[in-house]
Amino acid sequence: MSHLGEWEVVIGLEIHTQLSTQSKIFSGASTKFGAEPNTQACAIDLGMPGVLPVVNKEVYRKAVTFGLGIGAEINKRSVFDRKNYFYPDLPKGYQITQLESPIVMGGHVEIVLDDGTSKVINVTRAHLEEDAGKSLHENYHNQTGIDLNRAGTPLLEIVSEPEMRSAEEAVAYARYIHQLVTYLGVSDGNMSQGSLRCDANVSIRKHGQQELGTRTETKNVNSFRFLEAAINFEVERQIGILESGGRVIQETRLYDAVKNETRSMRSKETATDYRYFPEPDLLPIVIDDAYIDAVRAEMPELPAQRAVRFVEQYQLSEVDAALLSSNLDLANYFEEVTAICGDPKPASNWIRVELLGLLNRDDIEISESPLPSAQLGKLIQRILDDTISGKIGKQVFEALWQGVARDVDDYIAHEGLKQVSDSGELEAIVDKVIADNPAQVEQFRAGKTKLMGFFVGQIMKETQGKANPKQVNALVSSRLND
Amino acid sequence: MKIDNEVILNIAELAQLEVKDEMISQYADKMTAMLNLIEEMQSVNTDNIEPVSNPLDAVQTMREDKVTEKDLRDEYQAIAPEVDSGLYLVPRVVE
Amino acid sequence: MTDWHSKTIKEMSIDLAKGEYSSEELTRHFLKRIEQHEPNLNSFISTFPEQAISLAQQSDEKRREGNSEPLLGIPIAHKDIFCTKGQRTTAGSNMLDNFISPYDATVVENLKTAGTINMGKANMDEFAMGSSNEHSAYGNTRNPWDLARVPGGSSGGSAAAVAAGLCAAATGTDTGGSIRQPAAFCGVTGLKPTYGRISRYGIIAFASSLDQAGPITRTAEDAAIMLEAMAGYDPKDSTSINQPVPSYSAKINDSIEGLKVGICKEYFTDGLDRNIEAAIQDAVKELEKLGAEISEVSLPNTKHAVPAYYVIAPAECSANLSRYDGVRFGHRCEDPADISDLIKRSRSEGFGEEVKSRIMVGTFALSAGYYDAYYRKAQQIRRLIKNDFLDAFKEVDLILGPTTPSPAFKIGEKSNDPVSMYLEDIYTISVNLAGLPAISLPAGMAQGLPVGMQLIGSHHSEAQLLNAAHQFQQQTDWHLKSPGLANAGTTEGKPL
Repeated sequence: MSHLGEWEVVIGLEIHTQLSTQSKIFSGASTKFGAEPNTQACAIDLGMPGVLPVVNKEVYRKAVTFGLGIGAEINKRSVFDRKNYFYPDLPKGYQITQLESPIVMGGHVEIVLDDGTSKVINVTRAHLEEDAGKSLHENYHNQTGIDLNRAGTPLLEIVSEPEMRSAEEAVAYARYIHQLVTYLGVSDGNMSQGSLRCDANVSIRKHGQQELGTRTETKNVNSFRFLEAAINFEVERQIGILESGGRVIQETRLYDAVKNETRSMRSKETATDYRYFPEPDLLPIVIDDAYIDAVRAEMPELPAQRAVRFVEQYQLSEVDAALLSSNLDLANYFEEVTAICGDPKPASNWIRVELLGLLNRDDIEISESPLPSAQLGKLIQRILDDTISGKIGKQVFEALWQGVARDVDDYIAHEGLKQVSDSGELEAIVDKVIADNPAQVEQFRAGKTKLMGFFVGQIMKETQGKANPKQVNALVSSRLND
Repeated sequence: MKIDNEVILNIAELAQLEVKDEMISQYADKMTAMLNLIEEMQSVNTDNIEPVSNPLDAVQTMREDKVTEKDLRDEYQAIAPEVDSGLYLVPRVVE
Repeated sequence: MTDWHSKTIKEMSIDLAKGEYSSEELTRHFLKRIEQHEPNLNSFISTFPEQAISLAQQSDEKRREGNSEPLLGIPIAHKDIFCTKGQRTTAGSNMLDNFISPYDATVVENLKTAGTINMGKANMDEFAMGSSNEHSAYGNTRNPWDLARVPGGSSGGSAAAVAAGLCAAATGTDTGGSIRQPAAFCGVTGLKPTYGRISRYGIIAFASSLDQAGPITRTAEDAAIMLEAMAGYDPKDSTSINQPVPSYSAKINDSIEGLKVGICKEYFTDGLDRNIEAAIQDAVKELEKLGAEISEVSLPNTKHAVPAYYVIAPAECSANLSRYDGVRFGHRCEDPADISDLIKRSRSEGFGEEVKSRIMVGTFALSAGYYDAYYRKAQQIRRLIKNDFLDAFKEVDLILGPTTPSPAFKIGEKSNDPVSMYLEDIYTISVNLAGLPAISLPAGMAQGLPVGMQLIGSHHSEAQLLNAAHQFQQQTDWHLKSPGLANAGTTEGKPL
């Protein structure tokens, strides 16, 4: 970004990822998304008098899994703390989080940038905490409605070092974390449901300057596109301030996607003294090496490991393997298709060329693909076993995508798309085409062998594409060369 | 240690309590007396002493990840000051 | 008029089993006494006469069906800090004046299962903050021995109700002495178990790392029966002790020959009332007669307990009481101008002065720049105090001393001097900081007022404590003395 001139951008990200558990971090209430307001807020989530939190085992395990996934140190004694501030959607008036002894310490990830270079970003820490509820500002007689279904949802807050130097790096890092948490089964990574939210700490300084500039924290950015836009806006804003002789104020800001700008969140400014202290309702969580080893033993494969396996097991090219393993759902999809059709090459081709093309065009996630892996697998299988031709295959694919077809075999049967392989039937058609085109036969025999294509085409037309091309070729050439 | 009015107002803000003007100095005196009582602690040498957070120094046991709570919204909201369509209502919050 | 109300649970249980009277008759008797003496005592915030009678009838039915649980059909009271489902639970505060609890505390559930009859909710200092019951939003409870005096606190209503024979036993909570001090002031037996022995679930929190529930009864034997029903691991409370509950009554009749009892020299200093000191010396002699071996022990950090406590308890309470914001339950102010006004005014109207003061102190102790000097320091001192006890328990089985430095004081006497009231907690507070079990039992009279003796045990030693206390009560009759309540109906000590 040449317009930055003398300015260097410094970005650190705090990523809140929602851990995919059945129940909440401190209560037995469901975490399912989309329920009626407050129907999943139990007495503990509501902070009723006398209730107490109890830690969910699975939450802890998922945090350790993530820590191992970034090569971090797992704190064998981690402690929960209370972070005190008042907000109507924070029921207890404090959030249970981890300050002094977080569960995950250190670790790092390697990001790859568009120009192919890679960079290591260090992770400072990752700690467990509970989510707050939601404030709804619309349609309640000019009042705010509080829905506490989300209160107590388990979060893992992953804090990076301020080591990113551009919005591109920040997005690459966030994408990597997203890929990792979904791969590890730590989170469903569903960003539209708030399962991954980024707080971006952005500051600028002159190149060569040692100390950091004053930073702002832009909160709750829930898409990669917005993250990039928010950071770029914030960088421009800060440059504007500094170049006109002003001072950047350390504050919390909110990204407005509609206006594509960040603005100050004045309402949260007063609560800067959080008065942390160890949560007396919970005890330190103490684990041993055996626990860590057990979690490690059950760790799912990481993206890089899977790519290597794809090359070895399926003889894919490194580029294709990297693409197909870049996303957990996609990698699973590929393996499911391969398992059904029995051949990784066409599976890879169909997915990369046909399926991803349409998914990208229509901006659909692979997990929401209208074409289930079972059907694509069967489709490829039917091409490979010569039930249908490749050309018909594309027609079936289109029908499946459109929802016209539901089952490959049913559709082939119903539409009569089965390849004509009965040689008697095919011979009759070949003979008919030869008889109908004496001039072309003459020319062919005179040496114009390119006309082979013409005859095959005519036969395919007669059979509405259902003839087996290999068989047609063989028959035509044997007849014409008689 | 003497607690002044500014400290009182700051603490009251953090604690979200109203302190009426005429009460500020009364609070300041009360707090000063309390602090004098607890100031005595500073005479104790606590170098290398691990703070206690649980008197038994016990460790946490964890629960299974199971949904055990059912929807009791109506019961909980029967004792709420103001609700509508299942939401707790408060004066409009500006972010 | 019968004297059923001066019987112990143990005796009532035998009478009920024999059919001397029914639980319904017993319950009606207590209800009549409540009607008669409550106007003077104000020991209850709520009573449930009809529910109590109906529960008593059910328990009589169960008894006919062969149930013979020791607490079946026994009328008790719960301190109003225990959530009771479908009943108002106020914690002595205006903040929760309209709070009908949607659930039972685990203790309440346990005692229900054991067959007790809940007569009502006992008065208390607001959110358990106080040693006199003068900080209740429902008016202070009066000491049945002298209506002009405080019953102690914060479980003052519970202690007064048991002492006055308005119920057979009552639950209490003890954060810095809130069971033992009122038990001492009212001449009854009060047990604070080891931290975590009884679940805190459903008990409105004051200071989470110190709060512990326990029974207030006429005798140690009754305390054992109550504790057995109340105690136990609760998966809903992470800090509850995951060990089976022993039979506390099983060894209660054992001899205490050879029991090593330590007298803590730091407890016998200038501030101690001479009559109390004399009573405790006499009590020591009684224990010696029972074969106890007496020696002196030292708890050198005792004097730091009150300062450390008055950092830790307010700090924890400042966070525990943040949930009272007028949004989901409890008091909400009229016509809030905006969200900040809603929260601030609801809290300021809902909380009393003592509670607000403690929230302010706690907020200060946790605020930026002061955490290490106050909160962390206090938790370190807590370690020193705990270590003092652990060292002492290498030498002795139990530590003996007075429960309070002076007997019940007059209502209003200390209201303008909170710090001097805090210093009254000197003997009880260190026990909470160390998480130890301790029992206060009647051990004499000073100027016509009961004197409490405190026995402190090591962690999990409730059975031993109760055994020693019971043996003492077999040897003495202080626990059998009842206030005459002769003043009942007169104007002395009535609210002005």
